[in-house]
Amino acid sequence: MSKIIELKNVNKWFDKFQALKNINLEVNQQEKIVICGPSGSGKSTLIRCINRLEEHQDGQIIVDGNEISENTKDLEKIRAEVGMVFQQFNLFPHLSILDNCTLAPIWVKKMPKKQAEELAMKNLERVQIADQAKKFPGQLSGGQQQRSALARALCMEPKIMLFDEPTSALDPEMIKEVLDAMVDLAKAGMTMIVVTHEMGFAKEVADNMIFMDQGQIVEKAKTKDFFENPKSDRTKLFLSQIL
Amino acid sequence: MNLSTLKSDKKNLNSFIAFGSALVFIGFVDIILSSFFSTNITAFLPDKISYLTPLLFGLFGLYLIRIEFSGNKLLDKVNTNFNSSNFNALLTLLVIFALIKYIPPLLNWFVFDANFAGNTKEDCTSGGACWVFIKVWLNRFVYGLYPDTEQWRINTAFLTLFLLVGASFFVPQRLKKYIIIFLLFVYPIIGLKLISGGDFGLKYVETGAWGGLSLTFIVSAFALILCFPIGTILALGRRSKLPAIRYTSIGFIELWRGVPLITVLFMSAVMFPMFLPDGTYVDKLIRVLIAITLFEAAYMAEVVRGGLQALPKGQYEAAKSLGMGYWRMHFLIILPQALKLVIPGIANTFLALVKDTPLIFVVGLLELAGMVNLAKTNPKWLGMAMEGYVFAGLVFWVICYVMSRYSQNLERKLKTER
Repeated sequence: MSKIIELKNVNKWFDKFQALKNINLEVNQQEKIVICGPSGSGKSTLIRCINRLEEHQDGQIIVDGNEISENTKDLEKIRAEVGMVFQQFNLFPHLSILDNCTLAPIWVKKMPKKQAEELAMKNLERVQIADQAKKFPGQLSGGQQQRSALARALCMEPKIMLFDEPTSALDPEMIKEVLDAMVDLAKAGMTMIVVTHEMGFAKEVADNMIFMDQGQIVEKAKTKDFFENPKSDRTKLFLSQIL
Repeated sequence: MNLSTLKSDKKNLNSFIAFGSALVFIGFVDIILSSFFSTNITAFLPDKISYLTPLLFGLFGLYLIRIEFSGNKLLDKVNTNFNSSNFNALLTLLVIFALIKYIPPLLNWFVFDANFAGNTKEDCTSGGACWVFIKVWLNRFVYGLYPDTEQWRINTAFLTLFLLVGASFFVPQRLKKYIIIFLLFVYPIIGLKLISGGDFGLKYVETGAWGGLSLTFIVSAFALILCFPIGTILALGRRSKLPAIRYTSIGFIELWRGVPLITVLFMSAVMFPMFLPDGTYVDKLIRVLIAITLFEAAYMAEVVRGGLQALPKGQYEAAKSLGMGYWRMHFLIILPQALKLVIPGIANTFLALVKDTPLIFVVGLLELAGMVNLAKTNPKWLGMAMEGYVFAGLVFWVICYVMSRYSQNLERKLKTER
């Protein structure tokens, strides 16, 4: 399996505060990685650096063979290959669910409208929300909105999907429907990096687990080892608190 | 019958209602008699008290009928809406009395004592408004000094405009796009050419002769259409990451917002020609249009910026994460939402713009208010300022009210839940 994302010695500061310290990470195609850790540990910042919603100041980030830096031309093209699902869904409230899904394929990928709509319906069906296609985001429940957001990202047919705490803003009963959709996606072979506190999901899906604290990767291990035999004390403490 | 305590209660409901209403009724009789029949039924009292008697009667009457949950539907309604406390009762009475006292004289001036017939000032004899003045001058108020024989050109231009705008509401979506493009980019040129003439066998009419309501419309329409995109671009510029663009935008906005429109218009008339090479001449109407447009664009920029700032960061991030660049992100995601948020502010700026147009008198262009100003100084029509300004005020009010209603409609139509 080949590398699709590579981070080498990545450092990032917010003013004086160092959010990421010497991050080294490799992600292979079709690999599923779950990142966990206490809040403020840099998990979100890390994945937001991968599609440059945040800028790193030091080190290299290489996505699908392209290095991402301030000199990157065609940053939009790279972003189009990296789908992202946000904690707050961030659907476009002035557009229907269907239009949310077709907008980027039509305008960024120049796909004909009809084809874009077919693709959108296929992806909406995949997250089991096709019947809501004509509605507006404000008319849907949180779980439905998050699944729509997932479908919207999938419509760009990305090679990599990033999830930034996708279930943290949801009511408990809606978490499952979103996680189910993500499990399906994982089974279909998508490369996924997921920041989440849902350890059940992690155990089911993840190939590798990463534990972060204070901007550093404290531990990276195969999922089974991570839960059964964590090496660092910090990881043990964290797991004992959330499991 | 037991009124000794004077504290209203349900037991003696009917007595209180009867007595209280009687007092209120006396109050009303008093005010009506004194306003219309010059009889004062309380003349035996000292002047100041006599003046206040209707209020005192009314207040005491209302106090007596203030009975909660009386069971009488009408009474309960009156009590909750107009008579919930002594202070509210006072306000209610003051408003009603003021209406009784001042509406009839106003109506008399406007309608009943007004003069409609005739052709000269001398026909106005009955003491009310002299609408003859408006009637005689109406042509000038609408067309300014534009030659009578050529006025069909203005009529045609505006009629076409209204037809096109009307059509754009009714034709199918597919054609609508073309009509709007035509309206925004082609029609203004055709319309202006038709009105100014000079080619196609049309007599040339210099802009100094344009005026009246038609000029109000021309100036407002052009400034409205132009200031909106310029303002939007300035708003984006002010939020740009590139220092050169950002500081230029800030400088531009703050410069134009910091000077009064009237000085800007003076400058456009006096100073601007000095910067032009010898022999070039820019029509003063064009200069004024540019000045007003840039002035209002600065305000528009700040209104739009308010909308841009109200959008959550997540909208930008979602657009970026889907691979949209700056312009796609703004045109497809950000501006549609931001502009919708600031429709009230945009309408506000547009109304202010329309009402700013009379200021173009400083360069010698006379729109509606300017023409009124001119007409009232005509020796044959001295003393008609009131009628003229009331008329101009009414016309401006109608224009602005229509725009305001339209903006409210638009707001309702575009409303989506967040």
